Amino acid sequence: MARHVVAKAEEIPPGSRKLVTVRGREIGIFNHEGEFFALLNRCPHQGGALCKGTLVGLVTSDAPGTYDYSRPGEMLKCPWHGWEFDLRTGQSYCDPKSTWVRAYEVTVEPGEVLAKGPFVAETFPVSIEENYIVVEL
Amino acid sequence: MPHAASGIDCDIHPALPSISALFPYLPAYWSEQLRVRGTDGFDSILYPPNAGFSCRADWRDGAKPGTSLEALRRHALDGFGTRIAVCNLLYNVAAVRNADLGTVLARAMNDWLAAEWLDREPRLRAAIHIAPQDPGAAAEEIERRAADPRFVHVLLPAMDETLFGKRLFRPIHEAAARHRLPLAIHAQMTATHATTSNGWPSHLAEDHIAMAHAFQAQLLSFVYEGAFTAFPELRLVLLESGFAWLPNFLWRADRTWKAMRAEVPWVDTPPSAILREHVRIALQPAEAPPDPAQLPILLEQLGGDELLLLSTDWPHAQFAGNDPFPAGFPATLRRRVAEDNPRAVYPRIEVSP
Repeated sequence: MARHVVAKAEEIPPGSRKLVTVRGREIGIFNHEGEFFALLNRCPHQGGALCKGTLVGLVTSDAPGTYDYSRPGEMLKCPWHGWEFDLRTGQSYCDPKSTWVRAYEVTVEPGEVLAKGPFVAETFPVSIEENYIVVEL
Repeated sequence: MPHAASGIDCDIHPALPSISALFPYLPAYWSEQLRVRGTDGFDSILYPPNAGFSCRADWRDGAKPGTSLEALRRHALDGFGTRIAVCNLLYNVAAVRNADLGTVLARAMNDWLAAEWLDREPRLRAAIHIAPQDPGAAAEEIERRAADPRFVHVLLPAMDETLFGKRLFRPIHEAAARHRLPLAIHAQMTATHATTSNGWPSHLAEDHIAMAHAFQAQLLSFVYEGAFTAFPELRLVLLESGFAWLPNFLWRADRTWKAMRAEVPWVDTPPSAILREHVRIALQPAEAPPDPAQLPILLEQLGGDELLLLSTDWPHAQFAGNDPFPAGFPATLRRRVAEDNPRAVYPRIEVSP
């Protein structure tokens, strides 16, 4: 397990996402209202580019004809077959126990902390004045 | 061959000799209307009386098939060693545009069945016939008839101009669920609308095959409209549906649910799980694989020993001899299908009249 610096925080403002490659894995970094999440860009169903899917809210229901809508923007729908995944956990809605996508720890770290290491930041130089996205894997 | 059935047959078909048999059971206005109009009846066009499949050759006696109680006793009851058999009239009341006429016809059919068949033969049970075009009146008929324990399910046609899971049929769902009366959907067409989603086919043989799709659409309607969510006690019994199409249908239904479940958030488990709990299917006509060795594979794919119910479909010609189970049907499952499964889905069936 190592901590990888993958982007400047300012590159991924709220409501946006960025695809990065860490140790050969494509990972989607999402900024949801200032919180960062990271998911493997591979749907466990048939391998679709999950992190290019649409973010929607969670809808549940207690009775036919009622729609309980919550957590807007926290469910990621695979662009291939529409399976929904929880941005926070990677679990699928339909089969959370056995169908899930790998979710990674993401933190935002100031450059001055990063400069002390130990971090893997081969791809770009770290400046102590800025904040950076760090993914652990 | 031994009597393989010796159980509960959930689908036999007595028939009205003619519409005039209902006149004594109709309000005076309506029997006069039918007489004055010369209305000739509402027999199912799926089974033309002289067609070979409408009655087994060894059961034909010159009369219109299904009209003789003696023939029913001899062939449908004694012939199979049947303890109890459920009578379903394939009389097309759902096709009657005038809902008032449909309602009084359905009520008359139930009265006629009780008086002319059930009262004379204690081994018989019957469907509650309803006119679904007036759901409120249909629910009232269920309510009225539920007091008589010889009525064990509520009959609906597979093909109509709508799908019976829809909310406007809630009065029917509610009444049926409250009295533990399964809704029995029978291969039947009202012929008031095209029988395929591509319009009218040219031949009756196409209508018969198109039924499988109609059953699938009805099952999905009950799941996705949330009928089982609203009424967990509700059960469906499919009659003359066949069952070989079911595994493929369930696989596809589950796959589609995973993609589109946000459209129906009250469906929070896979459709296959909901349907396995709430649906039972009659054995005949059994579209079994040509190779009997493959039948156990199909049964395993159906998933569950609780699914099938014994039926002979008397007097229709679905199989020869006195064993309604298709070749290759596991001996260990027979008692379940003939006794345990029907008793579980028909809690009223053992109540003495």
